[in-house]
Amino acid sequence: MPRALRLFLDSLRDLTPIIVVIGFFQLAVLQQPIPNFGEILLGTVFVLIGLTLFIQGLEMGLFPIGESMANAFARKGSVFWLVTFAFCLGFGTTVAEPALIAVADEAALVAAAGGMILDNDIARAHYAFWLRLTVALSVGLAIMIGVIRIIKGWPVQWLIIGGYVGVIVMTAFAPKEIIGIAYDSGGVTTSTITVPLVTALGVGLASSLEGRNPMIDGFGLIAFASLTPMIFVMGYGMVIG
Amino acid sequence: MHALTSLFDVFLATIRDVVPIAAIIFGFQLFVLRRPVANLGKVLLGFFYVLLGLTFFLEGLDLALFPLGKLMAQQLTDPAFIAGGIEHVGEALSWEDYKWVYLFAFLIGFSTTIAEPSLIAVAIKAQEVSAGGITVWGLRIAVAFGVAIGIALGTYRIVTGTPLHYYIIVGYIFVVFQTMYAPRMIIPLAFDSGGVTTSTVTVPLVAALGLGLAATVPGRSTLLDGFGLIAFASLFPMITVMGYAQIAQFRARRARLARQQDTASKEDV
Repeated sequence: MPRALRLFLDSLRDLTPIIVVIGFFQLAVLQQPIPNFGEILLGTVFVLIGLTLFIQGLEMGLFPIGESMANAFARKGSVFWLVTFAFCLGFGTTVAEPALIAVADEAALVAAAGGMILDNDIARAHYAFWLRLTVALSVGLAIMIGVIRIIKGWPVQWLIIGGYVGVIVMTAFAPKEIIGIAYDSGGVTTSTITVPLVTALGVGLASSLEGRNPMIDGFGLIAFASLTPMIFVMGYGMVIG
Repeated sequence: MHALTSLFDVFLATIRDVVPIAAIIFGFQLFVLRRPVANLGKVLLGFFYVLLGLTFFLEGLDLALFPLGKLMAQQLTDPAFIAGGIEHVGEALSWEDYKWVYLFAFLIGFSTTIAEPSLIAVAIKAQEVSAGGITVWGLRIAVAFGVAIGIALGTYRIVTGTPLHYYIIVGYIFVVFQTMYAPRMIIPLAFDSGGVTTSTVTVPLVAALGLGLAATVPGRSTLLDGFGLIAFASLFPMITVMGYAQIAQFRARRARLARQQDTASKEDV
């Protein structure tokens, strides 16, 4: 299987920089031996197999389904269902995202330490749950707005820059404790499965609509999904605080 | 045997992550679009590969990269190590003493971004859509430089204790100005690359580095100062990706000018 072998070698090349950096710091800077060498070797082989399979699955499953659905929605011509789908995809992929669960729990600790909520398990769990729901809602809205933008052909930069102005203005008013978490929450919402799907959806939609350029109009959905959580998390902090 | 059982646990957790996505996709496909999926078998096999691939990937990271990377982050930020190479013992550490931390932050940011699966996905799409105008490796390296610069600067911020929002706001203002001059084609992709950089590989290592620094640098709180590195890692790739396109455009323009001058001088002769 030459194709599988080529993909495997690609993955090996992708991982080489990490191996070199870790090896250099461990051996030359910290001057310590590599601990648990067998386990690390096994782990590296796992990462290689995993990356190879993931890329293969991406081109067989995630890309085609994202594009064919974008195509089908464009042919169906129902903006309502397309927008509903966009919202569900954004909300559904975010609400159960493990990285978001971790960040929400962390945020609850910060809020309790800052005296914004009571420092007990129930208050913290409540805070974390609603924060998660807020972020998922914001990502759903982001993909929705992003899809409407593709349909209308609005330039992405005005919406994004407008969003940044919103972030800057809200930074001035939001409680100090929430700012770091809000800024980070933009990065944690876009998982490894969501990104290829959403990218394929945007590019597929822009390719199927007349007068839209997939390069100019197709990308940008991820940018929205990284921006709105910052605004919503700061807003959440202001409402609760 | 232990690796096998935890591999299975990770597999179950990955399935749990994918189920909502699959339910939405196939739900809409069946009930709204009401058409069979083209090449259903192949698509399902693709989903299975993605599941299995992520499982091995995450388990491998847990076995190899994360324990060692987190340990290194701790050791490099340990005041005993940082004070080791310094003559003026007894004085407080200054920001220059953390040079290995900055270098580690830069290199680990670069190398983990190169291996980031969601960035590979976006880069494949970008090369396809731009008909080769943007190459997979060009984009990945531009983004990796952005993350590297961002994380190195982010560690400097934690060491010096300057407020996070100053950096982010100045960065945003820079992005806004750059947007006015960058080629129009690159802008959406540049904005997207801010969000894709920070997922599976980069976040855990970078978070460990940030928390390690915030815990050991005197006067920093892990709660207030440990965060923010991810925000840096999402901001700077926008700048470097637009920069990549601007450099490519500049070189293309210069080459065209040189060619014109060349033909003009030939015509003179």
